[in-house]
Amino acid sequence: MLANYGYKDGSGDYFITIDTGKCDGCGDCISACPNGVLEIVENEFDPLEGGQIAAVSEEHRKKIKYSCAPCKPTSGREKLPCISACEPNAITHSW
Amino acid sequence: MSQEYWRWKEYNWRDEKIDWKAANTITAGVDVGSVSSQAVVMTDGKLFAYSNMRTGSDSPDSARKAMDWALEGTGMKLEHIKYVVGTGYGRVNVPFAQKAITEIACHARGGNMMYGPTVRTILDMGGQDCKAIHCDERGKVTNFLMNDKCAAGTGRGMEVFADLLAVPVEEVGELSFEVDEEPEPVSSTCVVFAKSEATALLRQGWPKSKVLAAYCSAMAHRVYTLLERIGVEKDFAITGGIAKNVGVVRRLEKEVGMKPLTSKYDTQIAGAIGAALFAKALLEKSRK
Repeated sequence: MLANYGYKDGSGDYFITIDTGKCDGCGDCISACPNGVLEIVENEFDPLEGGQIAAVSEEHRKKIKYSCAPCKPTSGREKLPCISACEPNAITHSW
Repeated sequence: MSQEYWRWKEYNWRDEKIDWKAANTITAGVDVGSVSSQAVVMTDGKLFAYSNMRTGSDSPDSARKAMDWALEGTGMKLEHIKYVVGTGYGRVNVPFAQKAITEIACHARGGNMMYGPTVRTILDMGGQDCKAIHCDERGKVTNFLMNDKCAAGTGRGMEVFADLLAVPVEEVGELSFEVDEEPEPVSSTCVVFAKSEATALLRQGWPKSKVLAAYCSAMAHRVYTLLERIGVEKDFAITGGIAKNVGVVRRLEKEVGMKPLTSKYDTQIAGAIGAALFAKALLEKSRK
């Protein structure tokens, strides 16, 4: 399943997508994120199966444009820390 | 105090033909939303009774009231219900629920029963947010997107407009078609700015119907841009209170280029139906 967290406003689309089919709940992205945007939660979207998945924390969902801004490549960085930390390639950013 | 135009009818319903005492599994779902609360009681996976009312300022109280009202006159008591699932904004505040499940999963599951297994895209236009959900033939979520950052495209926005124009909210849809030609949508999608814009149009002499047409199409467009992000796969259905507003629904179907499915069930109880279905599945799982 694709879980899109974020919003769209007058300035653009700001979504972090987590592919729950790929995410194994390892938590590598949590320690990679300098701003504490991600967290590991119970998979609420499939209550009969359960399991652990990464999600954007409630606190950051409505302001990820700003929460993620410090990492957005302005210099020679190739990949965002959360994306490089994620081995199964479950995380994508829309902007 | 004058009439409260935003107020919609609250009601309860029961299936007189069902003898609940003969049922094996009695489960319930309670959806405590930002604007409305619903309680659905199911006997062996069939809809037995439900209620739909405004959420008060006290979530646990709203959940209890909705449940009491659904059970009113049925002879059934809360203790007869074997498993209750809470959902919606106030899901953690349903004191008698065994489990809380996100409304996204519940709408997909409920939509699957209400509109049949062919439904792939569900748009839930709630009181205070708007969700676009893709699901598979079993009602499992495959993709979702939620807008809860602003009131544009929500039921509360429509209530504000009903009040401003002194038109009962349930008549807004029909009235918005009483125009000679479709006006340009209001340019602001923000409810607060749209309200100022509408006031200006009224002062310029626009009739109410034309202002409503401009607002309904702005809302339809706003929601469409949200849908566009995840795409609209066939079949398409709308749940939530706005699904009852033809002014928005028909304008949205034009943008999407697809007619939404219709259901014999009340569109506002989709989340609670899904919760009651999850309750049944979880109960059966625990009995195994």
